[in-house]
Amino acid sequence: MKVNIIVFPGSNCDRDIKVALERFQIKCKMIWHGETILPKSDLVVLPGGFSYGDYLRCGSMASKSIIMKEVIKHASYGGLVLGVCNGFQILTESGLLPGSLLRNHNLKFICKHVNLIVKNNKTQFTNCYAKLDKITIPIAHNEGNYYADKNTLRVLEDNDQIVFQYCDENYIINNQGNPNGSSLNIAGVINKNKNVLGMMPHPERSVENFLNKDDGINFFESLLK
Amino acid sequence: MKFEIFVTLKKEVLDPQGKAIENALKNIGFRNIETVRQGKYFSITIDEEDINKAKHIVDSACKKLLSNETIEEYKFKLVK
Repeated sequence: MKVNIIVFPGSNCDRDIKVALERFQIKCKMIWHGETILPKSDLVVLPGGFSYGDYLRCGSMASKSIIMKEVIKHASYGGLVLGVCNGFQILTESGLLPGSLLRNHNLKFICKHVNLIVKNNKTQFTNCYAKLDKITIPIAHNEGNYYADKNTLRVLEDNDQIVFQYCDENYIINNQGNPNGSSLNIAGVINKNKNVLGMMPHPERSVENFLNKDDGINFFESLLK
Repeated sequence: MKFEIFVTLKKEVLDPQGKAIENALKNIGFRNIETVRQGKYFSITIDEEDINKAKHIVDSACKKLLSNETIEEYKFKLVK
């Protein structure tokens, strides 16, 4: 599997995702956002960080980068695209995913491990997890409060596009387990064609036991299955 | 031509920053304040003589970048 990791000014999880992918013998190329050519790949990753210093709206400036035209083309041909954290914000701003990510409801930057339910384990990103698997993965964001109007949320549910949901320590999906105020406790959504995934939690920070948890391993193994 | 553009969250979208500002204003004695919604302001000058064309450019800029229509709404006015 070949992966392109897009590097925007202000990306800061680009190296982390590279290290995580390489742990699974996946070859990665780092692509600067100003490039006009996107080398052929199976997966394009938009990493976490603070692209353009979060100017205007998180991810909005990066979504207009030159390379994004090629990323959108790659997605339209069915190529896999993954956006983590700021990458998720870039995907919603570019229109590749519905909805938007608002400021956390408590106005605080939240950096901690959260409990998640794998709502859809039939995607190329989650097929090594069990159905409704219970996992723990870290989040680190200020704008992770997923918002979409009622109709969009209904469509997401009907099409099984909700991939990860926040839950409490007993793995029940409720307000107590919702760190940021996300609609329907959404932590990650996929597009209708199931090739573009955006998620706020960082699976790349969860592939080594010495980092407390390694529940992200199945995420990367899913890519190879 | 110069335009002023205002971008705010849609009414149905919660605005926790506006709410925090509202509470802070109440805390310092502005008892009559009912609600606060916060937003963004842009001042843009355009090299275009035709008013309609200039308005079309501003409208397009609002749609494509300055606002996110999923969560925000915008309005603008010509100032000179």
